Amino acid sequence: MSTVSPYETVVGLEVHVELHTKTKIFCGCETSFGASPNSHTCPVCLGHPGVLPVLNRQAVEYAMKAAMAINCEIADWCKFDRKNYFYPDSPKAYQISQYDEPIGSNGWIDIEVNGQTKRIGITRLHLEEDAGKLTHMDGGLGSLVDLNRVGTPLVEIVSEPDIRSPEEAKAYLEKLKAIMQYCDVSDVKMEEGSLRCDANVSIRPWGQEKFGTRTELKNMNSFRGVQRGLEYEVMRQSDVLDSGGQVVQETRRWDESQGKTFSMRSKEEAHDYRYFPDPDLVRVQIDDEWKARVRASIPELPDARQARYTQQYGLPSYDAGVITSSMKLADFFEESLKYTDDAKASANWIMGDLLGYLNANNLEIQQVPITGQGLGEMIQLIAKGTISSKIAKTVFKSMLESGKRPQQIVEEQGLVQISDEGAILAIVDRIVEANPQSVEDFRGGKDKAIGFLVGQIMKETKGKANPGLVNKLLMDRLKNS
Amino acid sequence: MSLFNLRLSEVHDRLHHRDLSVQELVEASISRIGETEGRIGAFLTLDEEGALAQAKAMDASASPERGLLFGLPAGIKDNIVTEGLRTTCASQFLSNYDPIYDATVVEKLKAAQSVTIGKLNMDEFAMGGSNENSSFQLTRNPWDTDHVPGGSSGGSAASVAAGQVYFALGSDTGGSIRQPAAYCGIVGLKPTYGLVSRYGLVAFASSLDQIGPLTKNVEDSAYVLQAIAGHDRRDTTSANVEIPDYTAALTGDIKGLRIGVAKEYLGEGIDPQVKARVMEALKTFESLGAVWEEVSLPHTDYAIATYYLLASSEASSNLARFDGVRYGVRAEDPANLLDLYKKSRSEGFGPEVKRRIMLGTYALSSGYYDAYYKKAQQVRTLIKRDFDQAFERFDLIVGPTAPTTAFRIGEQVGDPLTMYLNDICTIPVSLAGVPAISVPCGLADGLPVGLQIIGKPFDESTVLRAAHAFEGQTEFHKLRPAL
Repeated sequence: MSTVSPYETVVGLEVHVELHTKTKIFCGCETSFGASPNSHTCPVCLGHPGVLPVLNRQAVEYAMKAAMAINCEIADWCKFDRKNYFYPDSPKAYQISQYDEPIGSNGWIDIEVNGQTKRIGITRLHLEEDAGKLTHMDGGLGSLVDLNRVGTPLVEIVSEPDIRSPEEAKAYLEKLKAIMQYCDVSDVKMEEGSLRCDANVSIRPWGQEKFGTRTELKNMNSFRGVQRGLEYEVMRQSDVLDSGGQVVQETRRWDESQGKTFSMRSKEEAHDYRYFPDPDLVRVQIDDEWKARVRASIPELPDARQARYTQQYGLPSYDAGVITSSMKLADFFEESLKYTDDAKASANWIMGDLLGYLNANNLEIQQVPITGQGLGEMIQLIAKGTISSKIAKTVFKSMLESGKRPQQIVEEQGLVQISDEGAILAIVDRIVEANPQSVEDFRGGKDKAIGFLVGQIMKETKGKANPGLVNKLLMDRLKNS
Repeated sequence: MSLFNLRLSEVHDRLHHRDLSVQELVEASISRIGETEGRIGAFLTLDEEGALAQAKAMDASASPERGLLFGLPAGIKDNIVTEGLRTTCASQFLSNYDPIYDATVVEKLKAAQSVTIGKLNMDEFAMGGSNENSSFQLTRNPWDTDHVPGGSSGGSAASVAAGQVYFALGSDTGGSIRQPAAYCGIVGLKPTYGLVSRYGLVAFASSLDQIGPLTKNVEDSAYVLQAIAGHDRRDTTSANVEIPDYTAALTGDIKGLRIGVAKEYLGEGIDPQVKARVMEALKTFESLGAVWEEVSLPHTDYAIATYYLLASSEASSNLARFDGVRYGVRAEDPANLLDLYKKSRSEGFGPEVKRRIMLGTYALSSGYYDAYYKKAQQVRTLIKRDFDQAFERFDLIVGPTAPTTAFRIGEQVGDPLTMYLNDICTIPVSLAGVPAISVPCGLADGLPVGLQIIGKPFDESTVLRAAHAFEGQTEFHKLRPAL
């Protein structure tokens, strides 16, 4: 944007994260994505008359772990309430959730935007069950109900209205995703719905303390969607205010294909969920011993790892941040360091060739066969002079695609660097004799001519000649003859 | 029906000595139903075929293993789900519903080897005290068919009283086992909340509902309770307590037992004849060496309001799943989803159920929650405290089960508030979650009167011991209606 907006943006995010427990939160059905419709159901999650929920302790533990990782205080009791509403995705016509006693509260996470660190407050994290999935058929023929997802444990993470731009919102989401991934409580895949995000958005004139009227934004199904949706909504609200209008408190739906938000329901149409404590579930005590045990299971989190990389390996903070944004990537990095001491080289390969390839192909690190060990060994091959950096690019590409060890690739493809002085000297002689003009140019003071001669030698050796040796032998030959 | 006048242990003796077969027992039940059902109307579903087949198989079995309730014909209230056997909660809404699983108590009955004859009528979704709220039929009191059998477990009580089944299971939320047992002159036990699993009991008010036995005598009640009590991992509100041998408690000895007589249950609105029967019963306890004294449960006046707020609030949520989408009757030709809900629920539920759903929805609404639901929870705590304090001085609390005997069919239909007051003696007990039994203590104008004996939490043994000792000194439980 070329002009500075007269308004400040205020955003709070509500993020739902599916916990990847083995079974559902209140019954023994398997949780899974992509199974055939209604195959993972039982009388309990189908909401048949007479059934009762039984709490899955693993879900409580994952929720505790997630809450601790975002610096929340953990409640001493786990208590559930019913959120009542009619919709075919909710077979009991109420969702079991936590209303006034969330399992986690008063947390925060730090995000980095434009090199600045900023702390975003977390109001609460609560545990609840997921709803089913509806597919609306074209032409108003009806809706198909799949209840496999019903009862998948979810945590809802509500931020304070501390976010001031769509970029911050994206950074917050990415950090939250990384933390959940590090804790190993969720698959956090937005495209599969295991991470979902709603936003409360308002704007206010710079300097004004009072928040503007907010709208709630739904249906943003990707990180990019969140950023775009927020950008659009901020622009829409600015236009409303600029034209002398007032923002209406309402829920709006982001339409990805049209790139616009549309009104879903007004404040007056908002549901009264009639929350009350679920009489079917007894309170579960979370004692200090349990808390301590869960706390001990939390691994080193992204911020700590980033700091360690800068200190221990001397990586620039930016590089460390990029590598630790994904636990799999950071693990890959550390794996490579078991085979080489050159952390900076490993980081460069990851930030350059690896991420370049992954981003270009829309892949994640775990989807390619290359290993950290492979990268480490390859860096060693370069260091030992077995292959050149240039050849290494070919080897790296081959590792990405085949997962083979670098030594094997080098041998199979005959990529070993020629470091035999005699062999290189013979080629140098041949090239010098074949290019008298260049030799003359060089002697006439045109240093550039040497580049052409080196290029010819490398071409002759299919790039395998040790470049340092080529330079040295060529210079000797030109000066001495 | 003479066979059913035998005590359970006597029936088992005869079965053991081959004087009697399970088939004969089941046939006796079926033939008695044939004789009386036209006048009683207790059953919504009969499974004669299944029951007979099961009886024959049991007679043919060489296994020496015998369940606690081996061979006994049983009826099950129609809000307890039975796999493959229609379960309607006496609601039009579920007139086509065949459950896909068995309630825990049904599994336990199967393990105890009783024979399920069928499903018994009730007030729709257990809301009512007369069975007049059934979507399908009236059940009549065997003692006088112009009178109601009570409710909501009216079908269960009437069927046992008429000798159609050996015992029945009912459910009690605010008196739904005890009051019909009193009206029909039989024994009805509401266990401590949490003693019997609720898994498979179609929920009315989850924090109050309990399943319990309706039998002709106290010993049978102890046997059935023995079979159905116990922790269930599928019901987290079921208590993990050790289950004692209930029949071992039936010693006949209650010397020195301290009984508190609830002053508030014998005040205004209590029929003088009912009060007289209760006072006579106290003399019987005295003669057995127990001592009694008046006790006050000061918050009794608030119990009915508290109950109708809490039970209705829970019901409004529990009954929301009946929406015509997945099971039950779906309204035809709805214009859209909202219309589907509205039509299905308008057509599916009867007036009393709608009244309570509306009351509960209102009580939970934003802005009213604190004044109604939350306040009612606080009062519930006070009512519980009344009992806690009384039980510091007494082993049991005694009073009438209901203020009157069974009223006439149609008499209170148009007056729900009067109908609600019938539960004044049973509702506080439900709110406190403590166990209570109703045992016959005589007649008033030819209709049975029930004596309510209330115990400490999980002290069913003392309740049963006192009831059994009382029964041993009286002939009331042997009275049978002339049908």
